[in-house]
Amino acid sequence: MYPSIHPSIHLSTLTSISSSPVIIYVHLAVQQLQTLCFLANFPLAKMAAQEVQPSETIAKLKSESEALKTKLEEERAKLHDVELHQVAEKVDPLGQFVMKTRRTLKGHGNKVLCMDWCKDKRRIVSSSQDGKVIVWDAFTTNKEHAVTMPCTWVMACAYAPSGCAVACGGLDNKCSVYPLSLDKNENLAAKKKSVAMHTNYLSACSFTNSDMQILTSSGDGTCALWDVESGQLLQSFHGHAADVLCLDLAPSETGNTFVSGGCDKKANVWDMRSGQCIQSFETHESDINSVRYYPSGDAFASGSDDATCRLYDLRADREVAIYSKESIIFGASSVDFSLSGRLLFGGYNDYTINVWDVLKGTRVSILFGHENRVSTLRVSPDGTAFCSGSWDHTLRVRE
Amino acid sequence: MTIKFIRDHGQHYRPRMACLAKVEAMVLEMQDSKSGVKSSEQKLNITSIPHVVTGQDILAWIANHMKVDAQEAQTIGTMLVAYGFIYPLQDHKKLILKPDVSLYRFQTPYFWPVQKWKADNTDYAIYLAKRNIRKKGTLDVYEQEYYKNLHKWLNHKWDFIVMQAKEQYRAGKERNKADRVVFDCQERAYWIVHRPPPRTHSAMDYGVDRLIDPNAEENKTFDYYRRIIIFTQQAIMRSKVKSTVSLGAILKHMTTYKDHDPFLAPCLPSNPWQTDDSSYWDLNMRNVEIPTKMRVERWSFSFFELLNDPRGRTDFKVFLKKEFSGENLAFWEAAEEMKWGTASSISEKAQTIFKTFLAPGAPRWINIDGRTMGLTVKGLEHPHRYVLDAAQTHIFMLMKKDTFYRYLKSPVYKDIQKKALSPAPHNFTPSQLEQNAQNRKPGINPIIIWQQEEEERAKAAAAAGPIDIKKLMASKLDRK
Repeated sequence: MYPSIHPSIHLSTLTSISSSPVIIYVHLAVQQLQTLCFLANFPLAKMAAQEVQPSETIAKLKSESEALKTKLEEERAKLHDVELHQVAEKVDPLGQFVMKTRRTLKGHGNKVLCMDWCKDKRRIVSSSQDGKVIVWDAFTTNKEHAVTMPCTWVMACAYAPSGCAVACGGLDNKCSVYPLSLDKNENLAAKKKSVAMHTNYLSACSFTNSDMQILTSSGDGTCALWDVESGQLLQSFHGHAADVLCLDLAPSETGNTFVSGGCDKKANVWDMRSGQCIQSFETHESDINSVRYYPSGDAFASGSDDATCRLYDLRADREVAIYSKESIIFGASSVDFSLSGRLLFGGYNDYTINVWDVLKGTRVSILFGHENRVSTLRVSPDGTAFCSGSWDHTLRVRE
Repeated sequence: MTIKFIRDHGQHYRPRMACLAKVEAMVLEMQDSKSGVKSSEQKLNITSIPHVVTGQDILAWIANHMKVDAQEAQTIGTMLVAYGFIYPLQDHKKLILKPDVSLYRFQTPYFWPVQKWKADNTDYAIYLAKRNIRKKGTLDVYEQEYYKNLHKWLNHKWDFIVMQAKEQYRAGKERNKADRVVFDCQERAYWIVHRPPPRTHSAMDYGVDRLIDPNAEENKTFDYYRRIIIFTQQAIMRSKVKSTVSLGAILKHMTTYKDHDPFLAPCLPSNPWQTDDSSYWDLNMRNVEIPTKMRVERWSFSFFELLNDPRGRTDFKVFLKKEFSGENLAFWEAAEEMKWGTASSISEKAQTIFKTFLAPGAPRWINIDGRTMGLTVKGLEHPHRYVLDAAQTHIFMLMKKDTFYRYLKSPVYKDIQKKALSPAPHNFTPSQLEQNAQNRKPGINPIIIWQQEEEERAKAAAAAGPIDIKKLMASKLDRK
């Protein structure tokens, strides 16, 4: 009755900055012509062809997706004209590094799970398994504030850009913001503000450019952007097929994207305004524990359970380096770049920290000292030192 | 009887342990009769146990095989013990590899850690019950705690557990003594790894379970494939850059910032963490009068750097004031504030921005092209967070491509370059270093700095606001 039309999908994307969403027109060759129009991430289950053999169309879709994937790989390969180590040949190799532990912060009663630096380059907030969140002045090693969360396993904590608040969350499925005060005896829990509400544990949180918005990622497979004052959900990001373990905001001038890594071995780059996943990288062989942007915002590194750290180039849309060694068998839990981006610090589950030369791909140094897994590692905002937190209840600041 | 409410978060899946496969391969190689670690029979408490290896032999083998030095070999060896592939015979509660003649044995594959199955509570209860039957009072304090709790949780199965324990005990008695001792050691080692005593670090203590099964295949429906198709098509259409260009940019960034990276070049006057002297931070405070030369040099790297540094932004504002083009930066700042501000203040801020910058005849009217202006004004009828994005990007690009370069050549910038400080590197003697360590300065609380900045911002906003002529005339008349 109707002429057979090949399944085709037309995309009309409004690339200029506007508030309207992506609109997709899909024509399907079924016994009746159906034209539907919906948002990109809206579930298409309703659209299931009613009078068509399901296996036939699924097979067609599968082959089409495979063909497109091969085409994407071809496109990427065309632009792949040089390897990172070739570019690195002209650069001088790094000398020997001597990095000593300058401060050991003791005070947590259980595993340290997460830490973050304050913009004043010396204060740190850290959270642990027993529910305690402590704000330290790492330079003098004094504890300035301590908060006891009502839940255990506080897996995420972040310092506000102004230095006036901290956010933390974990097994309570929430992200709460505690405004800090100058009075040391004040009970911070009284002014606590519950901001994010997920359906499962909070794995990571980060403030955006101001104190007023928080980006969170959760074990329920989603990331979300929240307004702190009202607790309103501003945008949610769906696309991971399993728990999301980490996220990092881009340092770019537009400041509109962030990257997240999950247990589905994927690292996704998201647009904060539209909620769309704009790039996805699936080259890791196991869960991605940590992602961190390169200081210029053009690339990012990820650390995974498969004992490798990888560098992904966002503009060329591919993985450009793998940092691994045969003797490194245990997963990387946390990565961060030095200020210039030449060094990549990785905290591993075998209690060590490996320092990689980002350009040459070689390991520059291995640091010992922790007596249990290194769970978190961050370089200070001015790059003068880095702090590693471990399951041995301590934090170490090394230079 | 109180019922304890156990909160089930729905997380039931163990995280992936990708290292297990590699470790298993390594352990198999270690046990190879020809190229593996040398084992011997050792006497331990009257019984003689076969296939015992010493810590230092294991370390030597690892160092040789993986081509690493002693400390790294120690790390790998400790992880093997922590995972339960090798267990110590003496001092069995500490799961580390001692680099001396301490005795170790390879764990039987039956007791190797697997990702799929947890060490079951029922099995642990049977094990503890068996030990209790053998000899009462041999359980440690933490084991007694466990035993009590298990008795509570598994009360419905307790008869079964006791029966199993008795059976296993009877079967054990029928084995010969050497085998029994070995099996007891193996079982004990297994439970130390999976139910670690307090202050023991076991690698099977992996943290929190995951919600979604990592090994479950995603349901491949229409929906799944259509999403992939849409995403791949968008990815193909997106503009990509050649590797030479993008990698070149990364390399350029590294070379530009090489001298500013405290790990690669010494920071002047000295790294506070090394010398316990915080003058580096004092000289680089947010709003210091005279910045350092390094800081001023950094402003020239990119417009983004200049704006990000509050001192740089202030200097840029001084330049713009001289050029009478301060409205561009003011608009950009106001747009940023709206974008990152609270949701409730958006409409109010949008109105202020429209009145101040965009309305025809506005006091600080910005010069943007007609199309962008049209779009923005239309969007402001229903303001949302990103309504000013187009205009903001336009203005930012304008400043970046034109004003920024003029600033770098301007007398304002050259002046600050001349004035900038170049602190001499500190040269502390060991006694001075010790003194510094004693007198570490606490620094200013960021909350105080924030409050000061807020005050200044409020004053600046009041000063920059449109002047009400009527009020001004009224005040002048009053004075007359």
